[in-house]
Amino acid sequence: MSASISAPTIEVRIPTILRPYTNSEKIVSAEANNLGELITALNDKYVGLGERLLEKNELRRFINIYINDEDVRFMGSLAATLKAGDSVTILPAVAGGRK
Amino acid sequence: MTRYDSLEASLGHTPLIGLPKLSPKSQPGKPAVRLWAKMEDRNPTGSIKDRTAMAMIDDAEKTGILKPGATILEPTSGNTGISLAMVAKVRGYNLVCVMPENTSIERTQILEMWGAKIIYSPAAGGSNEAVRVAKELAEQNPDWVFLYQYGNPANTLAHYQTTGPEVFEDLPTVTHFVAGLGTTGTLMGAGKFLREKNPNIAIIAAEPRYGEVVYGLRNLDAGFVPELYDASNITRRFSVGAEDSVRRVRELLEIEGIFAGISTGAILHAALGVAKECVDAGVGADIAFIVCDAGWKYLSTGVYGKDSDSEVLDGQLWA
Repeated sequence: MSASISAPTIEVRIPTILRPYTNSEKIVSAEANNLGELITALNDKYVGLGERLLEKNELRRFINIYINDEDVRFMGSLAATLKAGDSVTILPAVAGGRK
Repeated sequence: MTRYDSLEASLGHTPLIGLPKLSPKSQPGKPAVRLWAKMEDRNPTGSIKDRTAMAMIDDAEKTGILKPGATILEPTSGNTGISLAMVAKVRGYNLVCVMPENTSIERTQILEMWGAKIIYSPAAGGSNEAVRVAKELAEQNPDWVFLYQYGNPANTLAHYQTTGPEVFEDLPTVTHFVAGLGTTGTLMGAGKFLREKNPNIAIIAAEPRYGEVVYGLRNLDAGFVPELYDASNITRRFSVGAEDSVRRVRELLEIEGIFAGISTGAILHAALGVAKECVDAGVGADIAFIVCDAGWKYLSTGVYGKDSDSEVLDGQLWA
């Protein structure tokens, strides 16, 4: 499923470990109305990236994705909606530091 | 009652302090939105981790795992190690801490002061790497006692039995509880207690966003989710960058006079975001958040200096 023509362009921050898929780009962009569409659109541009983020159409356990700093797992996961100006950050799961 | 039989006995019952100036103004005619700081720096060694450390050691003594003169092992980049070091000192145990090599110099100094032995893990991979190295050491030294705060139910239980009840007792009208997400013990334990009292209380996690070095993991399977973590106990979760954390920790100092550690800045950032949403929606709120520790251990990072900026945090583990 591809994003509709009117879908907003979303900026996505890519962690070091996934940059081999994005020609070393730190920030990439794609058009999408929700997170699922965004990952599909990203995978069209950067083949193989989608598989690193999803497993059986769910977010992988050690992948965290944030829309404007908020974890998408608490916003409907792949159904989380996106609007113009939203910023998406992908990060591997890491534990807290000094706690 | 402010008299105690020993330092250990003075654990907890930390003050909950209102923030009249930092709390956002409500719209005319709408109920107040109030922020409350739970001052965990008032614990015996100055951090919320005293609760975790003492609970884990008590539990290990009770179950017989920990015998007199034993060596305790723990991955920590600071506060848990400091808390464990104090209790170990008082009760006659040895302590080995596994710590990322890029933690601030004060933390090493304080740990050594209380007699802990430090084994450094590589900076790349951050706490994940410290946990991995500690697990390896635990296998190589079966006589060492590995308390493992990331998976030890006594950690969660400590907050279920103390932090949560204290917040509810001081603020029965609490609507939101905001804390840092590290081992996840605070949010799992205090969050569970608060939701049992009132299922409508929002449990909000603020996760510090680290520098590049920590996310440069060798592969994604090296990611790490603490065994204690259960997402169903949390309402929302925020990842807060260094810049926002530093800005907020300075605001707390400038506006309310509270000198807090840097991870508290991340927690305050999430709390203020939620507070603004409440003001915009015209609803009242009593938002309690955790001040994990004071700023003393982070002076060498330079973030409290007037001319410094958050870039000084790049390349070092700050939370």
